[in-house]
Amino acid sequence: MEFLLIQLFNGVSYGALLFLLAGGLSLIFGMMRIVNMTHGSYYLLGGYVALTVIWRSGYFVLGLLAAMLVIACIGIAEWNAFLKRLSGQELGQVLTTMGFALIFQDLALVVWGGDPYTIPQPKFLSGSLRAGNLFLPTYRIFIVAVAAAVAIVLWLVLGRTRIGAMMRATVDDPEMARGVGINVHAISMGVFAMGAMLAAVAGVVAGGFVGVYPGADFEILPYAFVVVIMGGMGSLKGALIGSLIVGLLDNFGKALFPELSYFTLFAPMAIILAVRPTGLFGRA
Amino acid sequence: MVKRLTVALLALAVGVALVVMPATAQKGPIKVGFLAPMTGGAAQVGKDMENGFKMWLEENGNQFAGRKVEVIVEDTQGQPNIALTKLRKLVESDKVHVLAGGLFAHVGYALAPKVDEYKVPMLYPVMAADDLTQRQPKKWVVRTGWTSSQPSHPFGEYVAKTLGYKRVVVIAIDYAFGWEVVGGFQKTFEENGGQIIQKLWPPLGTADFAPYLAQIKKDQADAVFALMVAASSLRFPKQYEDSGLKIKLPLIGGGTTFDEFVLPSLGDEALGGMSPLIYSAAIDTPANKKFVKDYRAKYTKQPSYYSETCYTAARWIAEAAKAVNGDLEDREKFLAALKKVEIPDAPRGPIKLDAHGNPVQNVYIRKVERKGGELWNTVIQVYPNVSQFWKYKPDEFLKQPVYDRNFPPCKYC
Amino acid sequence: MIARLLAGRERLILGAFLLVLVVVPPFFSGFLLALVTQALILAILSMSLDIILGYTGLASLGHAAYLGIGAYAVGILSTRYGAGFWTVLLVGVLGAAVVAAVFGLIALRATGVYFLMITLALGMVVWGLAHRWVSVTSGDNGIASVPRPRLGLGLPWSFSDAVPFYYLALVAFLLAFTLLRVVVSSPFGQTLVGIRESESRMRTLGYHVWLHKYIGFVIAGAVGGFAGVLWSYYNGFVSPADLELATSVETLLMVALGGRGTLYGPALGAAVIVLLKNLVSVYTHRWLLILGAVYIGTIVYAPEGIVGAIRQWTERTRRDKAWSSG
Repeated sequence: MEFLLIQLFNGVSYGALLFLLAGGLSLIFGMMRIVNMTHGSYYLLGGYVALTVIWRSGYFVLGLLAAMLVIACIGIAEWNAFLKRLSGQELGQVLTTMGFALIFQDLALVVWGGDPYTIPQPKFLSGSLRAGNLFLPTYRIFIVAVAAAVAIVLWLVLGRTRIGAMMRATVDDPEMARGVGINVHAISMGVFAMGAMLAAVAGVVAGGFVGVYPGADFEILPYAFVVVIMGGMGSLKGALIGSLIVGLLDNFGKALFPELSYFTLFAPMAIILAVRPTGLFGRA
Repeated sequence: MVKRLTVALLALAVGVALVVMPATAQKGPIKVGFLAPMTGGAAQVGKDMENGFKMWLEENGNQFAGRKVEVIVEDTQGQPNIALTKLRKLVESDKVHVLAGGLFAHVGYALAPKVDEYKVPMLYPVMAADDLTQRQPKKWVVRTGWTSSQPSHPFGEYVAKTLGYKRVVVIAIDYAFGWEVVGGFQKTFEENGGQIIQKLWPPLGTADFAPYLAQIKKDQADAVFALMVAASSLRFPKQYEDSGLKIKLPLIGGGTTFDEFVLPSLGDEALGGMSPLIYSAAIDTPANKKFVKDYRAKYTKQPSYYSETCYTAARWIAEAAKAVNGDLEDREKFLAALKKVEIPDAPRGPIKLDAHGNPVQNVYIRKVERKGGELWNTVIQVYPNVSQFWKYKPDEFLKQPVYDRNFPPCKYC
Repeated sequence: MIARLLAGRERLILGAFLLVLVVVPPFFSGFLLALVTQALILAILSMSLDIILGYTGLASLGHAAYLGIGAYAVGILSTRYGAGFWTVLLVGVLGAAVVAAVFGLIALRATGVYFLMITLALGMVVWGLAHRWVSVTSGDNGIASVPRPRLGLGLPWSFSDAVPFYYLALVAFLLAFTLLRVVVSSPFGQTLVGIRESESRMRTLGYHVWLHKYIGFVIAGAVGGFAGVLWSYYNGFVSPADLELATSVETLLMVALGGRGTLYGPALGAAVIVLLKNLVSVYTHRWLLILGAVYIGTIVYAPEGIVGAIRQWTERTRRDKAWSSG
């Protein structure tokens, strides 16, 4: 029972981290049909930028904000210079974004060296809460809280605001949206920036938990893709539920069937896809 | 008389010069092929290795036995296939005289047969795969580093007898290096009355250890033995502490779990961690103190065991080159010389090869402590001149299979 | 028969290439010869991907899986069961074909980006098994000491030596090239191109679109497995690193860089990438920056690949000539 509870908690909190990462990917994908292999790099660079700022200033929050800002700018630059011309060309997108991923990977190595670091956690987030025999690390609870906050904000922005309405209109029919005077270009750029920003948030949050180190980008990328594929591309609800499923499958798979742990993650996904090629909540 | 003596001396000098010259002057520089990961997840380890190797050369005028040295560093990316391609390049294109370096036990196993095929001596200062000096010895591989299980043998005894732990849970990275480190520990620990009650094997590159930590039989164990490498050494202690285990169960482990390579990035969560290794930056000898001081002056960080072993590897080649008067072209002779090298005063202590080609050297039992605001692996106890076979007879030891996931079997799980 | 499949000028160029490949490499240094061997094997892989990507118009992000299946078939069967070349070849190719047949059922329900994502996920399934199913695959240790093949045809030379192995790779490459060439020139191949251009039109014309795609997918997988068998023999080593996402993406790059839908383009792309990675890294540890730039540059400057760029250039000069003489 205790084992089940703690694994459940672990799965959910890992899922929360994945949601931060995959939410952005799904958003970019759903709105712009861009397959972004650079997403892992945003995650990694976000962690590094925050690390530098926290070392200089001593404030976690400042690091987080700086990372969001810098990565959003990188995202905007990349999209403006290259990706916006590649709409509908999956191959071009994959190769271009992969090229950027390699370049960022190497630049990070040049700038920050190859030492692994952890982002210092704020004091009040260290340690763990104790409930009976269970230890719940405070930082993992914090991750869940951040993910929940981001999910609610996204849901409100997309569902309840004018900008959100414009975004949805742009997704549904860019031509029509342009016709009614929506600045499709600006909206698209904003969405891309937001997706990149979320990846940076994930990178910073993860940096206090699994660390910032070379290779983190390509380690996490497949997970983000799996979440997006399973949940359905472009669906916020899908990203959320997909993250939880992947987090739990990963956790229980590793605990119960260590030899087949990745198989237990990817095989259910294949089954879901066989039944619903667009994922659980995706639209064709 | 004086005149005759002068003539005689001159003749002697010319004679000596004529004999010596062809050996040293007519040949070009000594080419050394150095393999290490320069990109990818282990890039920093590769950098530590290169730094150590090059530091010795710079301190010693960039020469082996008076011949200029040219080091060609190739990037393995930490992957066996790429390491193989680069090995090929160094041997066939650059025509190197000697090879050194390499990281990860599986890269070591992949390279060894090829090295034998090329008949170019290769020093293994880091790659610790047991069997390369045990059941599948390779003639042209000269191990100047260690075997994975070498420090584990004394540590198993130490943990059972001195620390007095009886029941230990093992959590170790799931590949050859992890299996061998754990296997050596389990053998001597259980022979001294201890019991391994659980073995958990997270894969290489595990980011989140929570699913494994939650399985630890914390109510039955006295301690947890962890074997981490590279980035996992960074995150494991923190996650271990956060899951509430550290206050219940002391954390001990293989040497790389608390390596100097990650110590500067760790915090209080690592304090008290005990581990055995063939090196610690805190070894209190003049040779090591000088090495640490110079290394820090040059690279502004603590040397890790990767730096030390590669530093010593450079010296190793130099000693052998001296023994053959710089004639590295006679490979068989040079190889024989490499196998005879003894270094009495390396930073990590005295080293010489045993009959199977693995160094006999000190093993240090270390404890992570904070000194002057920094974390150090304080040496608690020294086991001098430990062989890869520990106290066992080599031929009897070699009858058992190589340590792996299921050997020794987990009798008390 | 091959001659009939090729146009006149093309035949000349390819013939010249072939002559160079037969005559020159034995005089290369060992390292260069090894790189050319590597390029030939990876060319088989990239040509097989070209069937799906170039001819059928579906970008797959999981093609490394088939390389992996072929490679592991060799690794496991030859080191543990002492299986010979022909057994391993059969198992590797058939194994890859069977896996492609299963994956095709799932992946081909989708097109475009969805196809890309699903193949990515399926590729990860195979990677996950190689990485974690330690009792079968040895996990991250990989499988070492894979022996060089013995064909047992009474051939006088040993494939442990670099030159004979090079010729083995060359023969394998020519076989794969011919086979794939036959496929794409057949009515079946023409149908694939038709599907790429307009799926709905082909459907209206009464073609069984799905079945054509499916067969193309399986053929590509099988030939990918063939490349894997050779890859494993060549390296003498198999590890999960061969199956990573990066390998799949790199294969895509080879196809795109050389020129989609041309077969020899992707082969050229494979050669360029292999040489680039290995020769640039000799001069600088920052070779990843250059590789990254090649990815981006390909899409920006040569979206139709090297072959496409050459074609455009020759057409333009021909037009210019016609213009000036007219």
